[in-house]
Amino acid sequence: MTADTQQPPAEFVPTTWTGKLRGVAERKLPYDKALPETQPAYVASWIYVFGVLTLVSLVVIVITGAVLAFEGPMWYNSSSVGLFFNSLHFWSVQLFMFFMVIHLWGKFWMAAWRGKRAKTWITGCLAFLVSIGAGLSGYALQTNFESQWISFQSKDGLNATGVGAWFSVTDIGQMLLVHAFLLPAVIAIIVIGHVVLVRLHGVVPPIDAAKVEPDPQVSPAPQESTVGEAS
Amino acid sequence: MPSILHMIADASTYLTWGWLSVSVPNLIVILLMILVFILAIVIPFPHDGNDTDDQGSTK
Repeated sequence: MTADTQQPPAEFVPTTWTGKLRGVAERKLPYDKALPETQPAYVASWIYVFGVLTLVSLVVIVITGAVLAFEGPMWYNSSSVGLFFNSLHFWSVQLFMFFMVIHLWGKFWMAAWRGKRAKTWITGCLAFLVSIGAGLSGYALQTNFESQWISFQSKDGLNATGVGAWFSVTDIGQMLLVHAFLLPAVIAIIVIGHVVLVRLHGVVPPIDAAKVEPDPQVSPAPQESTVGEAS
Repeated sequence: MPSILHMIADASTYLTWGWLSVSVPNLIVILLMILVFILAIVIPFPHDGNDTDDQGSTK
């Protein structure tokens, strides 16, 4: 075959929605951007650690929650191993909320919605709000005197808002489905969306580092800051 | 003298300033979060000086 008979490879033109979706994903979030090996210098600060600490806590919550769901209340309220897993689930939730609040404070004082990151900020706030509902339904699911106390205290407040007709913390069956299926699924979707948005737009720089942040619409500019200046 | 486990299991003491009412355990957690937040900003992040590339990015 001679050189003049060689044809250039035809450009991929998607005709289906799956092909178009793949094209958008490959263009907006290539592998090296989705799973980067380096981060901007300003990320070398402890305040940037709390997002991933929250994620790790969530993973422990999901794993221990799955064990509790399979074994059931008799097991996790009476056997020693069950009580241990119950405690793991409880304390990972405490750490999850602890880390998430510090992550929220850090991003709030950093004005993390800058640089077209509004959706990242909003999904983070949504994850926080839904997590409160997941926590409440979890407390109501303990099937002990504490859960009875919490349920009967909170139902009056919830009834006052009008949601009591659909959301009843004294309905153990509803709490079981809400806590073990619905809210974890909602949190998982929101958190995955949140992390994808973080990867799309990058980690927000500190306010005083904004002048060296490359504009995504223009060619990338070199970072002037160093690790030593990060915190 | 009550043990710390009894203190945790007992009903909480509430502190009230006007409209604001907060239990001592919740106040301790809030103060801890503020402390950790401040420490996270103040304490320098460990690095060996060779972990930046030409772009100023850190590995």
